[in-house]
Amino acid sequence: MIDQVPVSFYLLLGAILFSIGAGGVLIRRNTIIILMCVEMMMNSVNLTFVAFSRYLDSATGQIFVFMIMAVAAVEVAIGLALLVELNRHKRAVNIDEINSLKG
Amino acid sequence: MAQLMWLTIALPIVGVLFNGIVGRRLGHRVVSLVGPLVVLGSFLIGAGALIELLVQGEEAVLVPLWTWAAIGSFTVEINLLVDHLSLLMVLVVTGVGFLIHVYATEYMVHKDESGHLHPDRDFARFFTFMNLFIASMLILVLGDNYLMMYVGWELVGVCSYLLIGFWHDRPDQPQDPIDLGEGEEPVRLQPLLSPAASGMKAFIVNRVGDVGFALGVFLIWSTFGTLQFTGVFEQASQVAEVTPAIITWITLLLFIGAIGKSAQLPLYVWLPDAMAGPTPVSALIHAATMVTAGIYMIARSNVLYALAPGVSMTIAFIGAITALFAATIALVQVDLKRILAYSTISQLGYMFMAVGVGAYAGAMFHLTTHAFFKALLFLGAGSVMHALNDVIDIRRMGGLKEKMRITWLTFWIGGLALAGFPLMSGFFSKDEILAEAYQDLPILWVLGIITAALTAFYTFRAVFVAFHGQPRDQRLYDHAHESGKAITFALIVLATLSIFGGLLGLPAFLFDLPNLMDNWLEPLYATLEHGAETAHLALTVELVLFATSAVVAIAGIAVAYLFYVVKPSIPQNLARSTRPIFSLLANKYYVDELYNAVFVKPGLTLARNMAEGIDTWLIDNILVDGLAKVIGWCGQQLSQLQSGYLRHYALATFIGVLVVISYFFLR
Repeated sequence: MIDQVPVSFYLLLGAILFSIGAGGVLIRRNTIIILMCVEMMMNSVNLTFVAFSRYLDSATGQIFVFMIMAVAAVEVAIGLALLVELNRHKRAVNIDEINSLKG
Repeated sequence: MAQLMWLTIALPIVGVLFNGIVGRRLGHRVVSLVGPLVVLGSFLIGAGALIELLVQGEEAVLVPLWTWAAIGSFTVEINLLVDHLSLLMVLVVTGVGFLIHVYATEYMVHKDESGHLHPDRDFARFFTFMNLFIASMLILVLGDNYLMMYVGWELVGVCSYLLIGFWHDRPDQPQDPIDLGEGEEPVRLQPLLSPAASGMKAFIVNRVGDVGFALGVFLIWSTFGTLQFTGVFEQASQVAEVTPAIITWITLLLFIGAIGKSAQLPLYVWLPDAMAGPTPVSALIHAATMVTAGIYMIARSNVLYALAPGVSMTIAFIGAITALFAATIALVQVDLKRILAYSTISQLGYMFMAVGVGAYAGAMFHLTTHAFFKALLFLGAGSVMHALNDVIDIRRMGGLKEKMRITWLTFWIGGLALAGFPLMSGFFSKDEILAEAYQDLPILWVLGIITAALTAFYTFRAVFVAFHGQPRDQRLYDHAHESGKAITFALIVLATLSIFGGLLGLPAFLFDLPNLMDNWLEPLYATLEHGAETAHLALTVELVLFATSAVVAIAGIAVAYLFYVVKPSIPQNLARSTRPIFSLLANKYYVDELYNAVFVKPGLTLARNMAEGIDTWLIDNILVDGLAKVIGWCGQQLSQLQSGYLRHYALATFIGVLVVISYFFLR
């Protein structure tokens, strides 16, 4: 079944997901949504990895995906912790209000 | 004992450390004990060395201590040279120094009406500096090379600065104008400089001379390759044959240093203002010891000066002219200590006249007697100040002999010695110098004898105005009282020395006794071709000179008596009729004003322009602040990239990634 789906489709889906994620990071103001968008970009990359792994008949890509998922879990934990702290300090989830590094 | 001479320097340094570190906490009684005792210790060691040299008949003992620096072939040894000349200086410095230290233990403490003692706020600091001065002066006279002499030379300068400015928080003091009677405008006087300003003045004026001295030392090294006295003097005659000009330059440069330190024309201006310091300082540093460093230096370098007759003649004339010049100023001063200060300049002039004509023993003899009687006079003046709440203007004194018998008597003795009254110490030493001068150049003798007359007059003007006649300020007079034991002890010992000091150098024809001073200093001139330059005049000429000195001294005293005791209206009338001259003298020939206009003001203007133009404007504003501003402005501009919006950073990252990727794809 999967054989009939050419690898370019997966790549296209990955690209679309990545673009949606990137667009979300750039456009959205809610910090949690930005974090979610980052996750989405990561998962689009995972999808690409898996697709190539299958296409090239190599396990390397899949090992990478497990690594990325583990790292992503850690990253989400830290990211959310940061957001919670930010929220406590600034009482804001709007990314535009967090601008104390402005020159 | 001579090998222990290093202790003479070490002891006062121990005193410096003790008084400086713990003296303040231990209170003034301990400091009063330690301060003089260390100087007494130095004196005793010096006396022991003297006895040893006399018994063993040795001329000089070298005490090697250590090597200070060895750079290639150039080595600086720290050695002490204990010979007849340096021992004489050591004994004068520590002997007179000890008496003055004892005196200061009382002078620096004020007793109030109820008998409570109030030591000076910085009593311990005072004795720290005094001990440091003794140590410095001993380094100057005991060093066996020009470098140690230079070190001591600078150290005594520093001590002088520290002690002149001892009461650094006192302001300038206005001086009352001199009243010339009804219908005549009084002569206005400049205010007296504050101690802090006087200290700086002394230091800066001395600096001018010290530059000359330093250059002289450099030139000695580059010419002779050594700074040790013995090495230099051995080669001196060979060098003089090949390049006499170098010897002339060396002696001239060293003499410039002596002009500064020993307050001769034209660098004498600091000495009168140095009187702003406490009186023991004036007595010790600015009369008895430090200012004689120049004489000592020239007497020590006599081999060089004998090879430069032109420079010696210059020295003699500068000395003679300074003597006369300072004596004329002293005629009309109203500040007791300043009268003595100008007389110090004048007497130093005599000594320079003596070394100029080659009478080194005569100069050292006068140096010794002068140390006795000038210290005595200053201490007497200090005793008066102490009794009168620091009033020093003789116009407010008068009749003090009733209240202060010992001070009055000893001041008289000091005055007689300074005036050259027959058979007092000053008479013999001055007469020896005058006889030598007459033999060399009669014009010098004429200048000297005029100065002698003026000296007798102004000295006794001060004596009569301050101690005789009616009290001019009743309130002060009632307050006056004789000083305590420490002060009178020092006065009495110094008075005794002032009377009998002349025994050190009796003229040969008078009593047929040996001239101890000449004999003692004989080895110093052993290398000179002419040997010691003692006067070899016909007996009748000597007797005439002798009598002239005596007559002149007595006449000066008599005129002062006439002017200030018999008919006090004479001086005022005289001043009225010669008003321009009088006010010229009262204002010290306006030399300070001249120096202010020619050197100080332009110097300050230059300094201010440099400070404001170069330093503040160019370096601070343009270079330092300017650079910082440029960098700050660049940072400001670049900081606009930091919008603070996360998405801008993210976008920048994405664009960056895109650019990198497309570069790799498209290349």
